[in-house]
Amino acid sequence: MRRLLLATLFFAVLVTGWHFLVKAGIYSPVLLPSPQSVGEYLAGAVRDGTLWQATAVTVRRLLVGYFIGILIGLPLGLFTSASKFMEDTIGVLALGLQTLPSVCWIPLALLWFGQTESAMLFVVVMGTVWSVVIATDTGVRNIPPIFARAAKTMGSTGLHKWTKVILPASLPFLVSGMKQGWAFAWRSLMAAEIYVTILTGFGLGHLLHYGRELNAMEQVIGVMLVIIIIGLLTDKILFSPVERFLHNRWGTGVR
Amino acid sequence: MSLQEELQGFPPAKLAVEDVSKWFRTSRQTVHALDHISLEIAEGEFVCLVGPSGCGKSTLLDIIAGLETPDEGRVMADNVPVVNPGRHRLVMFQESALFPWLDVIGNVMFGLKLKPGLRNKERLEVAKFFIQLVGLEKFSKAHVHELSGGMKQRVALARALAPNPRVLLMDEPFAALDALTREQLYSDIQRIWQKRRKTILFVTHNVREAVCLADRVILFSRNPGQIREQFEIPLPRPRDINSIALAEHAGKITAALKGHLEGEVAE
Repeated sequence: MRRLLLATLFFAVLVTGWHFLVKAGIYSPVLLPSPQSVGEYLAGAVRDGTLWQATAVTVRRLLVGYFIGILIGLPLGLFTSASKFMEDTIGVLALGLQTLPSVCWIPLALLWFGQTESAMLFVVVMGTVWSVVIATDTGVRNIPPIFARAAKTMGSTGLHKWTKVILPASLPFLVSGMKQGWAFAWRSLMAAEIYVTILTGFGLGHLLHYGRELNAMEQVIGVMLVIIIIGLLTDKILFSPVERFLHNRWGTGVR
Repeated sequence: MSLQEELQGFPPAKLAVEDVSKWFRTSRQTVHALDHISLEIAEGEFVCLVGPSGCGKSTLLDIIAGLETPDEGRVMADNVPVVNPGRHRLVMFQESALFPWLDVIGNVMFGLKLKPGLRNKERLEVAKFFIQLVGLEKFSKAHVHELSGGMKQRVALARALAPNPRVLLMDEPFAALDALTREQLYSDIQRIWQKRRKTILFVTHNVREAVCLADRVILFSRNPGQIREQFEIPLPRPRDINSIALAEHAGKITAALKGHLEGEVAE
C-alpha cells in the first residue's frame, strides 16, 4: 500500500512539473500540450470508443504474435541447447537475427504479404522468436550440471529428464526470456503499426501515426501514455506473479 | 553361484572394481587419474576412500556410479558390468544437488517416482518414512532454500535412500558443513546404516571422519591415483568421533597418508 502511494505521489509530481512547464510558456502548445488537453483527448477517445477499439486490435495482434513466437522459440531454443551441431547452425542464425532491429523486417514483410494482417503478424513473430530462442538456449546451458548428474543417477533420462529436470531448472531463465520476448513483440508491433497502413484493424500505432499526420500532439502523447500503461500492466499482471513464485521457490531476489 | 563360493562360503562381492584406469586429457596436459585400481566391497560393508585432493577418489566413485566410463578395466555390481547410472547405486554429492523447484517431499519423491511397481500412495508413504528417518518430518513442505546446509544434506540422504538402492555412494557429503552439524550427521549415518544395512562407499579427505564411519579405510595417493594401503577399523559402534581409540586409529592413518605424500614430493 505504501509503495502504491509512493508511486502515485511520484507521478503526481511529474505531471505537476509538466503542468508548470507548459504554464511557463517557453514551448509552443503545439509542441508541448498541457496535461489537461492530453487528458481531454484521452477522455474523448474513451467516450467515442476509438481508444478501446484500437487497444483491442493492438492487444489481439500482440497476443497472437507473441504466443506464436513462444510456441516456435521455446522448442527451437531447447533444440539449440541440446547439441553442438544445432548451436553452431540454428544458434548462430538466431543470434544474428536477434540483433536485427525488428523494424528491418517491415520492408520484407510488405513485399511478401502486402498491406495485410499477415505482414503485421510476421513482423511481431520475427521480433519475438529469436530472443526467446536465445534466452531458452542460455537458460538450459546455465543449469548447474549437478542437477543433471543427480537426476541421471536416479534414472531420469530422455523425455523425463527434459520435462522434470531441464525445463523446471531453467525456468528462471525461461521466464526472463519470455519477458524479453514480450518487450520485443511490443516494440515490433508498434513499428509495424506505424509503418504498415491497413484497413482491417486500426491499432494504437495507427492512432499514434495519425496523431502525427494531423499535428495533434495531445493525441500523440495520449497514445504514448496508453502504450506505456499497457506495458506496465502486462508486466505486473502477467510476469510479476510468476517471478514472485520463482523468487519464493529459488530463494533468489531477496531484498 | 560358483563352486568356489559354494565351498568357501564367501559372501559375494557387492561391488568389484577390476583393474580400472582413467586418464583425463586436456589440450595442455594429461592427468593419470586412476592407475590400475582393483577393489572389492562386500554386501553391507561401509568403506571410506581417503586421500589428498586430486587423487582420483571422486573419479572412482563416479565410475562406480556409472557417470564416468573407465579407460581400462571395469566395475561389476552384483556381477553385472556397470555401463550406466542405475537406481541400485545412488549418489549423494558434496553439494546437496536438491532441486529448488520441488519442496522437500517432492525431492525425496523424485527417485521414487522413477521406480516402477509402486502405487503413488505407497511412494508417498515411503517418502514420509525416510523424511522421518532423517528427522525432518516438520519440514516436508519446506522449500530447499529455507533449509540449513545440514538439513539439505539430510534431505539429500533421504532422497538417496528412498528408492532403496543396494549401494550408496557418498562424495564428500559433509565437507561443506560445520563441525557440530557434521558430528550430528555422523551419528545419524551410523544409526541409519545399522538399521538399513546398505553397502556404502564414502569418499572423504577427512581421516577422522573415515575412521568414525568405516569398516575399512582405503588410502589413495595421487599422480597417478593408486590404492596405497587399507586399514580395517574394528572399533565397536556407534562410534564417537572424539573418542581416544578413534583418535589413535586416525593418527596411524594420518601418519601413513603423510608418509605417502612426502614420498610423492621426493619423487
